[in-house]
Amino acid sequence: MLIAGKACLILALGTCLYGIAASLYGARSSRREWVASGRRAVYALAGTVALAFAILQAAFLRSDFSFALVASHSSTTTPAFYRATAVWSSQEGSLLLWLLLLSLWSSLILWLTRRRLREIAPYATAVLLGFGAFFASLLVFLETPFTQALPAPLEGVGLNPLLRHPSMMIHPPMLYSGYTLFAVPFAFAIGALVTRRLDANWIRSTRPFTLAAWFFLGVGVILGARWSYSELGWGGYWAWDPVENASLMPWLTGTAFLHSVMIQERRGMLKIWNVSLVLATGVLAILGTFLVRSGILDSIHAFGASTLGVPFLVLIVGMIAGSIALVASRAADLRSEHRLDSLLSRESVFLLNNLVLVALCFVIFWGTFFPLISEAFTGQEASVGPPWFDQYTVPLALILVLLSGVGPVIAWRRATAANLRRNLLKPALAGVLALGVLAALGLAREPGALLMFGLAVFVLGAVGQELWRGVRARRAMAGGGVPSALVSLVRRNRRRYGGYLVHAGVAVLFVGIAASSSFQDEREVLLSPGQSTRVGSYDVTYVKPTADLRAAPNGRLEKIDFGAELAVARDGKPVATMRTVKSYFPSSAPFVGPVSRFFEGEATSEVGLKAGWKRDVWTAIAPDTGALRTRVEEGDRVFSEARLTPAERDALLGQALGGLVRSYADDPPPATFRLIVSPMVTWIWIGALIAFAGGLIALWPAPRGMTSRVSATYAARVGREVRTPARV
Amino acid sequence: MDLLVVLVVLAVIVIVVGAPLRRRGGAGAGAGADADESAERAELEAARDAKYREIRDAELDHRTGKLSDADWRTQDRALRAEAVDILRRLDDTGYSSAAAPADDGPKG
Repeated sequence: MLIAGKACLILALGTCLYGIAASLYGARSSRREWVASGRRAVYALAGTVALAFAILQAAFLRSDFSFALVASHSSTTTPAFYRATAVWSSQEGSLLLWLLLLSLWSSLILWLTRRRLREIAPYATAVLLGFGAFFASLLVFLETPFTQALPAPLEGVGLNPLLRHPSMMIHPPMLYSGYTLFAVPFAFAIGALVTRRLDANWIRSTRPFTLAAWFFLGVGVILGARWSYSELGWGGYWAWDPVENASLMPWLTGTAFLHSVMIQERRGMLKIWNVSLVLATGVLAILGTFLVRSGILDSIHAFGASTLGVPFLVLIVGMIAGSIALVASRAADLRSEHRLDSLLSRESVFLLNNLVLVALCFVIFWGTFFPLISEAFTGQEASVGPPWFDQYTVPLALILVLLSGVGPVIAWRRATAANLRRNLLKPALAGVLALGVLAALGLAREPGALLMFGLAVFVLGAVGQELWRGVRARRAMAGGGVPSALVSLVRRNRRRYGGYLVHAGVAVLFVGIAASSSFQDEREVLLSPGQSTRVGSYDVTYVKPTADLRAAPNGRLEKIDFGAELAVARDGKPVATMRTVKSYFPSSAPFVGPVSRFFEGEATSEVGLKAGWKRDVWTAIAPDTGALRTRVEEGDRVFSEARLTPAERDALLGQALGGLVRSYADDPPPATFRLIVSPMVTWIWIGALIAFAGGLIALWPAPRGMTSRVSATYAARVGREVRTPARV
Repeated sequence: MDLLVVLVVLAVIVIVVGAPLRRRGGAGAGAGADADESAERAELEAARDAKYREIRDAELDHRTGKLSDADWRTQDRALRAEAVDILRRLDDTGYSSAAAPADDGPKG
């Protein structure tokens, strides 16, 4: 099916090019049949790419090594779950997934708007198909997943051990969904600019997609952080790595857009700002993809060096230049229809929040690209680390959390000082009280964290007060108990209360980040079995080593595990038993001895983790394999001199490695342990769950009957004013 | 087998993409004027829905204590005046309230 797969990609590229031409011709000549044909080209693209993806997926599941990609990224011993995810572990497969998701989301938005946005949609179709054509071209000409392996090997290389984690199933599709969904508002913004239809109509139609992009990208980012924390041996959830940063930047500008666009919908203001934000978000989404794939910056998460850098750079430059030209040429149409009524208004808070989010994005952008910037100016590549990022992002995050508490309690248009004072009083008192209590408990040594805790309490107080007042108002109107009033209130105002829940979740998330990064205890210590050490308030004892030689069901030697069992106690009482393992996978490089290749390949860490509401105890082992070096070299020498059949060789290798493993278990050398006690890490994940639950509430469409009924109520009310204009 | 798959995919693409072109009729000529009118109406409908949402939000802000009685009355009057203006402009485009599309959010 190699030919069929490749033909599907060529047909996909042809369909994109036809669709672009048909959409533009239909728009220019006002011929709807051509516009419809262009739209259907997107549906056809989705079908064609889905078929190509299914062919590749089936090849992975069948371990069809005539596909070079399958041979280099999977093996018969790779579990079926990971064979399914191995499709997007490669550059080629992940590009195909990108194109598939782009075509599916594009089909959905174009189907939903098939009877609306008639002027804008053809141009948006052309832009979306332009992205499709770009990715299809990469897949046809540069990184095709349908290359034949000649001759087909009997066994594949296998999936990179670092990618054998359940998150692999969901983390990349979530990130790519976020990136591709941001292409939708980008495309419609271009369409609105071209046609000068710059009112709130296109925003209304694409808003669910922007929110979905925000949701999926956010989930992808958090899943990545969680994966990093539990799988990588460095002990953190965020390293300010270029690829991590690349996923955060469009999320930040997307968040800013979701706030400021409400002002445009209501008041016709901030049109230039909003359209610039949405265009910047689209560019940043592509920039993130570029960073992962070009190899331009070093990152643990990136694919290796590739030939994709130049095409992506051309696309990004084209997107930026086109966006600037369009915005500049439409400046007159983008004038605000109203002015800000008052500085004391929710609009002002949203504007401030936008500035902070964009400043955060700029700081991250500067820090991410600093190696390239420094190389361009000084000839030397220099990078900035977490302390550099922290010095700017911490104050900005504090302001952001403060604003997320003020936003919900301030009125739209114009608030009075007296009302604002009354609404802020209780949340502010709660925040100050929390500050005082926590300072008295000795937390003042970390003023940044202390301030964050106080602000988070302020936000939770503000959101709680808003919910309570809303429930009270609902009960006054419709009666009923508190739970039913709460459900009814949220159901009828999903956007508002979903947003408030996001604010509460973000505050909780920042509490987790502040606590875990400011009050962390960390030690790196060399221990022999029976020895103990103290980290934070915990005593950790290295109880015994563990060692294992793992073979796949077909008998192929897969990895060597060296680990440890640790006993954790607090105040003399046992708290947990933790196990940590380092796994050594054989290298596939040639000219490496058969025994030493098990220590020359990829190594992964299984972290020992005791997670709790108050704190996590985290450990990772770095076994001293140097002590085995003499025996490993001896084994290599014996194998190089012996004349053995492959079967004899496999059997003897198993025995030799088994002996090595036993010797490690019987006479373990001291091992290095990284031990970390981090308070409140769990609250990062809980905060994220709360925030995403809020996002889902805001995203969930209201029952049609309810919206029609309520719209009719307001129409009737305003209609009365139409008949009696003197009252207005 | 591969060739058959390719031919079937190609045929399906041609059928799907070409269908609107085979159904060409009255849609082509004069569609531009229709599109202009429809876009203008859609814009006004979006503005109307946003205005209803503003009225609803102001009402909720008032009920939850963010707006005093006096401030809310002033704001509500202004918002309804703006809504009336939008409805009048919609009337001019042949708007019928029965045909009003659903809003994107329920009201409190």
